[in-house]
Amino acid sequence: MTNDTVLKIPRITPKNMTEKEFFYGHKACAGCGGSVAVRLALKVLGERTYTALPAGCMAAVGFIFPQMAFNTNALITTFPGVASMASGIAAGAKALGQKDFKTVCFAGDGGTADIGLQALSGMIDRDDDVLYICYDNEAYMNTGIQKSGLTPYGTLTTTTPAGKNIHGTKTNKKNLFEIIAAHDIKYAATASIGYPQDYINKVNKAKHIKGATFIHVYASCPTGWGTPTNTSIEIAREAVDCGLIFLAEYQNGDYKLNKNPKEFKSVKEYLTKQGRFKHMTDADIEQVIAYRDMKWERMRRNWNS
Amino acid sequence: MENLKTNKIFISGDEAVAHGVRLSRPHVIAAYPITPQTITVERLSEMVENGELDSDYMHVESEHSALSAAMGASSVGARTFTATSSQGLLYMVEAMHYASGGRYPIVMMNANRSVALPWSIYGDQRDSLSQLDSGWIQVYVEDAQEALDMMIQAYKIAEHAKVLTPMMVNLDGFILTHTYEMVEIPDQAMVDKFLPVFETPNKMCFENPKNMAFSSQPDDNTEFKYQQNQAMFDAIEVIEQTEKEFGELFGRNYQSMVEEINCDDADAVLVTLGSITGTVRVVMEQLRARGLKVGILKIRYMRPFPEKEIMALSHKIKAIGVIDKDISFGYEGTIFTNVNSALAKSNASIFKKNFIGGLGGRDITKAEIEKMYHDLLAGITSNNQKTVEFFNLKVETND
Ligand SMILES: Cc1ncc(C[n+]2csc(CCOP(=O)(O)OP(=O)(O)O)c2C)c(N)n1
Ligand code: SF4
Ligand SMILES: [Mg+2]
Repeated sequence: MTNDTVLKIPRITPKNMTEKEFFYGHKACAGCGGSVAVRLALKVLGERTYTALPAGCMAAVGFIFPQMAFNTNALITTFPGVASMASGIAAGAKALGQKDFKTVCFAGDGGTADIGLQALSGMIDRDDDVLYICYDNEAYMNTGIQKSGLTPYGTLTTTTPAGKNIHGTKTNKKNLFEIIAAHDIKYAATASIGYPQDYINKVNKAKHIKGATFIHVYASCPTGWGTPTNTSIEIAREAVDCGLIFLAEYQNGDYKLNKNPKEFKSVKEYLTKQGRFKHMTDADIEQVIAYRDMKWERMRRNWNS
Repeated sequence: MENLKTNKIFISGDEAVAHGVRLSRPHVIAAYPITPQTITVERLSEMVENGELDSDYMHVESEHSALSAAMGASSVGARTFTATSSQGLLYMVEAMHYASGGRYPIVMMNANRSVALPWSIYGDQRDSLSQLDSGWIQVYVEDAQEALDMMIQAYKIAEHAKVLTPMMVNLDGFILTHTYEMVEIPDQAMVDKFLPVFETPNKMCFENPKNMAFSSQPDDNTEFKYQQNQAMFDAIEVIEQTEKEFGELFGRNYQSMVEEINCDDADAVLVTLGSITGTVRVVMEQLRARGLKVGILKIRYMRPFPEKEIMALSHKIKAIGVIDKDISFGYEGTIFTNVNSALAKSNASIFKKNFIGGLGGRDITKAEIEKMYHDLLAGITSNNQKTVEFFNLKVETND
């Protein structure tokens, strides 16, 4: 699929988006960013969608028998097996002669960057017709806020306590987007629920590409982050504006920055309003900024913008 | 029996499985290579390549994904196949419980192989026997022909509306997977007649969208598990029917849950599982020729378990021995535990003994089997033997 044909995809906006709900009646916390990512994507993907979710918050809040929260076909998979089970769904439906449908995964950061990475790599390698969406709330939330491979430096989690000796998480986030792109996947993108139109566009684009596609969407979690329930969208936007989260695409072998601000908003402000970063010293924050600048220098040097 | 065309070819057990799978026409095959299963998946890949088999062959990156992909395909109503062995079987354990709980009637071939450590690519049955509680139907075959025939039967049993349970067909690594036999290849049209297209209500589809593989609360979980257990018991009747129908159509009959060989007038019976039955048959015949009343109970299904047959047998015989190519460390062989439980329910006071050996591929010889029969016959009159014994041990023990 060339960029030209992608441009011809009818735009989906809040104005023309379906009023149908495909994910409701679930038990996510108030202000849950992950549930926003699922809800919006399903509105874009529509009725002819098979949805697979590994163990994690969205699975836990959506399928409590007998109260099923998905209006489309959906199932929970094992924690490591979402990509392969989704691949199987796509292969089975195709073998049965079904046409014009999409298979989508919604997996957390842990389910994607840690335990599910192997299966995801296989899915991309086979170029199975699956859209994999990782909603990133930067920790294993469903099990009570433990550190994952996408938990950023400094974060307080229940397995990376912040004390005198160790100030929370000691490692940086894995470069998930680049790990995925390194497979030479047809299409990969990063997004944030704080920039919903950008996210919707990317889901819409992936919907129209046959083969494996991937979207990494930043999705706030008031419960795990120690933030008010009414600032989830704001905070996910701020993460992008202060440069800790970037909006980008990878397609046809090229990386592209969708947003390349001349100036970043304050990292310190973004961090200190969240319970999970409150303990961080100025030196810790300086380290976060230095890492951000190093990444941006590299992205600006190597990627299109 | 319909006009039987014979079409025998000289193939290995692994190849026989591949033919059985081909004749069953799965929509999706997802497998990961492991010795001694590899020949099966290599042949299937070739069959897909040359057009003999119209399946999607998925090159998954692990056994966990092989079974997960099979579950995904099954969840939309596709017929699926996977194959593994040993370490691979253990790597998919999480998905095995998932498949049985989700009631996905996947068929899997398991080439029985020892489990590390120490590493061994050779045969014993510790891999599959450690998974008796995973909710899969488990059948064990004696030769390549039975392996082929059971692939076809397995789909019919697993997919039956009363069963909807995944099924594992076990064949001994190397002894069966890599040895060659003349095998009758059934006619495709007859297989199609025997095995209709897979239809299931337990699937996602766009006409009637469904949420499946959900979570349950303590209030419901037991009822789901009760139904799953009931389906296993219902499978017994389905297995019997399927066996009968298969025999009528193809002229081969495996006697269902167990095969009893010379048990009616026997004093001592050896219980076997898998390929060892062949050797025991030879020894049993030799001893019979010498006037000893010995027989064989070939267990075919470990789950569901042939409790009824064992209880009935216990009233006819005086001694029973169980050969286990398996050990549940700290106790006894797993087949023995299962057989003994059935014997306890029948209140039979007969001599019992568990023979443990053949681990990691060590041959079990005719002489050893003969000694087992003699031990059993001696035990009828004087009970001074150990109940659980490792035979052919090459180290000194002081017990
Ligand atoms: C094999 C396995 N290991 C561990 C778990 C426990 N577990 C379930 S959900 C979960 C955390 C999920 O974290 P993430 O993928 O980030 O999703 P989130 O809950 O944050 O939405 C863990 C550790 C499991 N279900 N399966
Ligand atoms: S813990 Fe976080 S991710 Fe999980 S449901 Fe609550 S808000 Fe959503
Ligand atoms: Mg998470």
